[in-house]
Amino acid sequence: MSDIRHTRYQSPLAPVRFYLLLAIPLLRSVLHLLTDSGAKTLRNAPIQDPKEGIVPMRWLRRVLPVAVLAPLLTSCSLQGMQSMFSPAGSIAQEQLDLFMWTWYLSIPVMIGVFGAMFYVLVRYRRRKGDPEPEQSHGKPAVEVILTVVPVLIIVMVAIPTVRSIFRTQSHVVATSDDIQVNVIGHQWWWQFEYPDLGITTANELHVPVGKRVILHLNSADVVHAFWVPRLAGKVDLIPNQNNQLWFDTNEDSIGIYPGQCAELCLGAHAYMRFRVVVSAQDDFDSWTAEFQKPVVQTVASDPLVTQGRQLVANKGCIGCHNIGNYAEGVTYGQPQFPDLTNFGLRNTVGAGVLDATPENVAKWIADPQSVKPGNRMPTLWAANDPKRDQEAAAIAAYLLSLGVADTNQALAHASTGGN
Amino acid sequence: MATTQTAVSTRGRLFVRPTWTRGIGSWLTTVDHKRLGILYIVSAFIFMGAAATEAFIMRLQLLTPNMNVVNPDQFNQLFTMHGVTMVFLAIMPLGIGLANYFVPLQIGARDLAFPRLNAFGYWVYAFGGLMIYTSWFLGGAPDMGWVAYAPLTSLSHNPGLGVDFYMFGLFISGIGTTGTAMNLIVTIVSMRAPGMTMMRVPVFAWMMLITSFMIIFAFPPLTIAFLEIILDRTFGTLFFVQEAGALPILWQHLFWFFGHPEVYIIILPAFGVISEIIPTFSRKPLFGYPIMILSGILIGFMGFAVWTHHMFTTGLGPVVNTAFSLTSFVIGIPTGVKIFNWLGTLWGGSIRFTTPLLYALAFLVTFTLGGITGIMVAMPTFDAQVHDTYFVVAHFHYVMGGGALMAFFGALYYWFPKMTGKMMSERLGKIAWVFTVLGFHLLFFPQHLAGMLGMPRRIQTYPEGIGLELVNMLSTIGSWVMGVGLILILAGVIHAFLRGKPAGKDPWDARTLEWTTSSPPAYYDFPVQPVVNSLDPLWVEKHPGAMGGVTAPDPESGKAYDAHGIHIPGQSWFPFVAALALAIGCYGLMYDNIIFAIICGLAFIFCIFGWAYEGVGGTHLHLDLAEEGQ
Repeated sequence: MSDIRHTRYQSPLAPVRFYLLLAIPLLRSVLHLLTDSGAKTLRNAPIQDPKEGIVPMRWLRRVLPVAVLAPLLTSCSLQGMQSMFSPAGSIAQEQLDLFMWTWYLSIPVMIGVFGAMFYVLVRYRRRKGDPEPEQSHGKPAVEVILTVVPVLIIVMVAIPTVRSIFRTQSHVVATSDDIQVNVIGHQWWWQFEYPDLGITTANELHVPVGKRVILHLNSADVVHAFWVPRLAGKVDLIPNQNNQLWFDTNEDSIGIYPGQCAELCLGAHAYMRFRVVVSAQDDFDSWTAEFQKPVVQTVASDPLVTQGRQLVANKGCIGCHNIGNYAEGVTYGQPQFPDLTNFGLRNTVGAGVLDATPENVAKWIADPQSVKPGNRMPTLWAANDPKRDQEAAAIAAYLLSLGVADTNQALAHASTGGN
Repeated sequence: MATTQTAVSTRGRLFVRPTWTRGIGSWLTTVDHKRLGILYIVSAFIFMGAAATEAFIMRLQLLTPNMNVVNPDQFNQLFTMHGVTMVFLAIMPLGIGLANYFVPLQIGARDLAFPRLNAFGYWVYAFGGLMIYTSWFLGGAPDMGWVAYAPLTSLSHNPGLGVDFYMFGLFISGIGTTGTAMNLIVTIVSMRAPGMTMMRVPVFAWMMLITSFMIIFAFPPLTIAFLEIILDRTFGTLFFVQEAGALPILWQHLFWFFGHPEVYIIILPAFGVISEIIPTFSRKPLFGYPIMILSGILIGFMGFAVWTHHMFTTGLGPVVNTAFSLTSFVIGIPTGVKIFNWLGTLWGGSIRFTTPLLYALAFLVTFTLGGITGIMVAMPTFDAQVHDTYFVVAHFHYVMGGGALMAFFGALYYWFPKMTGKMMSERLGKIAWVFTVLGFHLLFFPQHLAGMLGMPRRIQTYPEGIGLELVNMLSTIGSWVMGVGLILILAGVIHAFLRGKPAGKDPWDARTLEWTTSSPPAYYDFPVQPVVNSLDPLWVEKHPGAMGGVTAPDPESGKAYDAHGIHIPGQSWFPFVAALALAIGCYGLMYDNIIFAIICGLAFIFCIFGWAYEGVGGTHLHLDLAEEGQ
């Protein structure tokens, strides 16, 4: 994604690179020594063509450091769509900052411990004629120092930790400026309710950029965890318990942020994904307006959409799913299944598993188990039913037209939004 | 005087106590701590093989995105069984098995205090473990993760029998573990050799003492939690049924109040092993012995004060998270002290690079890294990102796999000559070490990155294009390398049995009492009661005056304590049959056959009474030392 905010941390391996760069001359000289002595042995040995022996050594001497260090120095870009190294809000930034602080602190610790270990193993390895080592049980002064050192390190970690806990995890009281969303976890999808806006949707959390977002988390069945690494970290959704998670977004963070369930919930747990869509205030307002405007029944220009609308009823889709666009003022389905109102505005289908292109939506409707094993969508057609593909395509066309002026717009939207 | 054995009593009221010395019957009825130790160790390695196989299948499934080696349900069963097996059936019993064998030898005791309780402990562990494994063939293994978070275990979410197998199997094996822990406490506290004060007890035995205390405090909450789930599922109570308004979060408190001490129950014996290996191969006493003991005790106490750091994301609020974050940091201090003291032991020594020492060094490196990531995940702010991700998976494998398991591999190489009288091949051992250690780091190091790049744990597949391909592929390749290492370790064991050179009493030039007996030790352990007047009695015996002018006590003085001969406890069927009745009865409860369960319960009670009233048994052994070739 192009809109990842580039922070000052390009990679947590940066300090390692620095130390490695220092170490390169050292390593080279060690290798030089090793290979030269090897070459000398070869020269002294009675072999026919000394070059045969020396050439690989020279080759080795040049190539080895590069071969070992190059991947370390070049490869590790840790930016990613779901990477905590690409924070786009103050909470995620704070979480990353704390990690980086500990990481920098741990480098001298590792150098100290492993360096001491390396020194000891080389210096005190058993050699012939060694005297018996002194049978010392320890030195109190040394032991006190060795106890103080970890205490100091712990204190250096503890202070910023405590500060950040209260900054990021304190319970906040919502103001009228905040976006409040009730998040309810279901096996295996996400329900998002905007109580202030009267919107219920699924698997896509829309928020305006820069605003503070307060999520009220609960679960309808088992424990889930709401995790969106680039914005907020995670908090569990636990039945019969109300949890809170809040985050905000940077001013330049417009984009789509994937997240997923992080607490085992059996079945299709691996496919229980979602997106957070951070949009400009105008775009968010028009998204909201789409949910709030009255449903107007029009004859669709595309006969496929008309057929799809009939199939949604005939195939029983509205037995489970509410579709607010289907008819004014009627709620269909049951609350434990995803609400499909304005489905055409979605970027994905199947709780973030597939991009919502007409082909993917049709594929999902035709055979959900092949896309997301373990999910609870019934398979509506037998595998050899000749009508299956056509009817699934019709339902997909209808769903993608919801909330969009006509089907063509829905197509255009889906092809740009999926990443 | 020739060696004589006089029977103490044979007044068996129901059965004559068996006296076989060889054959299958002798193993089923044995109460000898060495035989039970071997049974524990062998069983633990067999279970470990099963758990490793499960891990290989999981790694294969995660080799690339969207693989189809197993389906999600099978994957859930695989990681659940892998966790359950490694924690409850492999690593913890390995520590207990080593303790069974070596604690009495290290403290100069004849056996554990309660030999039949010891046998019972082993058999319920073995039957409990086997019971869980039969679930693979009886409708599917448990699939809710080894932590079994409610309400995944309630009938409405998990109607299969897998959960029942998990609950019943671990419930009964927990009974055995608790009994064995009490046994070890009594043994270490009251059966030490004359002159062995508490501050002369070898560190391994000390750590087992602390571990045993932790077991008897940590297992009751777990047992209660298991019992509540069993009642929920079998008799329809509502402890964790969230439809009835239960608070499933309570399970997490009960489980982790056991679960975190369990980490130290696993790692403290490993600390003990390392504290035996490093002094032996650097030819120095342990640096800071009192501080090592003290930090072990501190870890034991603090282990009970950190449990909610497994629950930082459950919404406990900033105050609770701060408190448990700080206690978790504090536990890092004694752990850090231990690492420094092992380095201090090596410092100034004369270090011999044998296979056990190499494993100890691998332990030091991986455990230090695991400790650093441990401090990281103890920060609730950062844990909000990496909790339940592969970062945590990497962290606890560094601690439990690269830490405890590497230490126990070291223990295997270190004590194998004592247990069998044969040396393991050093060359084969070192080759296996290279594969195991390199494979381990290749397997688990990339998982840190996987977690931070956005990979939750317990998922059977991951999407393409979010940067998880490389780390997962490296990790799977690492599992193959480590697999080769494990096979080579097994080959080393087989090679030692076939071709191993005789070990002699003291092959490593060691320091503690277990190396003063023959290898393997005779059934009576010590021909003469050892008498102790220093921390490293064998070293003092070999180097009189080297340790602060101490010379070993007169070995003849031990004979005074042997005036009544050596008491050899009699064998018994009751522990085995009692454990069997308990295990079979659980099947009755699982399959709703209450009559059958009651019959098994009565059989169990009958065995307990039979056990109590079967008579003293055993013999008093009067050794003719010349005849025994001592």
